[in-house]
Amino acid sequence: MNFLQQALAYIFTADNWAGNAGLGARILEHLQYTAVAVAVSALIAIPIGMIIGHTGRGAFLVVTAVNALRALPTLGVLLLGVLLWGLGLLPPTVALTLLGVPPLLAGTYAGIANVDPKIVDAATSMGMTNWQVLTRVEVPNAAPLILGGLRTATLQVVATATVAAYASLGGLGRYLIDGIKVRQFHIALVGALLVTVLALVLDGLLALVVRASVPGTGRWRRRIPQPLLDDEVAVDVGPQGRGPENRDPSVMREGW
Amino acid sequence: MHYLLTHLDNAWALTLIHLRLALIPIVLGLLIAVPLGSLVWRHTALRRFTTFTASIIFTIPSLALFVVLPLIIPTRILDEANVIVALTLYTAALLVRAVPEALDAVPGAVRDAAEAVGYTKLGQLLKIELPLSLPVLVAGLRVVAVTNISMVAVGSVIGIGGLGTWFTEGYQSDKSDQIVAGIIAIFVLAVLIDVAILLAGRLITPWARVRVT
Repeated sequence: MNFLQQALAYIFTADNWAGNAGLGARILEHLQYTAVAVAVSALIAIPIGMIIGHTGRGAFLVVTAVNALRALPTLGVLLLGVLLWGLGLLPPTVALTLLGVPPLLAGTYAGIANVDPKIVDAATSMGMTNWQVLTRVEVPNAAPLILGGLRTATLQVVATATVAAYASLGGLGRYLIDGIKVRQFHIALVGALLVTVLALVLDGLLALVVRASVPGTGRWRRRIPQPLLDDEVAVDVGPQGRGPENRDPSVMREGW
Repeated sequence: MHYLLTHLDNAWALTLIHLRLALIPIVLGLLIAVPLGSLVWRHTALRRFTTFTASIIFTIPSLALFVVLPLIIPTRILDEANVIVALTLYTAALLVRAVPEALDAVPGAVRDAAEAVGYTKLGQLLKIELPLSLPVLVAGLRVVAVTNISMVAVGSVIGIGGLGTWFTEGYQSDKSDQIVAGIIAIFVLAVLIDVAILLAGRLITPWARVRVT
């Protein structure tokens, strides 16, 4: 356990946190790579997943793309990117984006496609346009699965962002790679421990967001303005739906 | 592509190492996850604990685990065993959540019928419930296999990586051709293993193909 003590001593020394190559800066770099890659993945995967889930066309495409992207080794893509485009933010962003797309695409598609058809039919028959059905009915009901995809994507990206250091970039992987290279394993352990903690914290936070997004639980209490016309009567229906993850007892009690 | 075709024997040797590193964990993971998952299935508290522990294990980054493991178990740092143990942990963590879910999905009527014709609890599990949950297990296994194959490549950073060795070598000697060859080889390997598991799954669940009209 000698290494562990040395690693902890390193982490709990204030001097090691300051400066451009300190722990603080490395954590920020790591979070930056992660945030950019997850954001780009979301911008690509969520609209595509929504369109395919809503229209029901091209489901085969989702399965194929998700499986193919999963089989793509991130390290290879990253190193190839560095050789082709040089050092910088572009290679890790491309490599990590390819890693983040599959869970987001699968989650968004599954979420939208699995919304109870009765709810969609009801929305359509009330005169909602396609766009309204998608944004006001399908997306809120699919939120737990879409955000679940975001959670998985973030977890994989934050864990894999360590390999960016192999291509002379920053992030917490620096400690891992440098520690192994110079055979100072307690330094490698510093990187390993901090990445794990970072991943656990992000995963825990996103787990709470996913929980809050389950429709009908009122955890994301949001006032939806409901203007009443002269001949309309207020009916307390609320925006609940039965999403796939919606097993909250408070929803069951409301008597469908 | 040229690199791959001119280094076929090297590719074959590395493929064998790659397969060993990726597939041994799948077998070990199954051997751990199926009994454990069936065992905790009926016990709510145990099942929650197992799911929670599995999620935490799954959160640990692979490169971090490769480095930390030698401090916990008696292996040398930069030893192949670390990669195998780490991937076994991921495989078991993913499957141990899938097994109880697959068992949940067995229809109640089937369970009742099995009990009515005199199956014991264990007999029911082994002969009715586990076989019926095979399709879900196979689906989980495919994800694990593909993920493992691309994760083994990360091991090349610590010197153990099968075909991933071509990434680090190609990067150090500035040969993008070698990296492309590595990507293609790993991609093809993942697709082949995926298809193999898919076909094996179809073979052991002949009833799933029969469509009752």
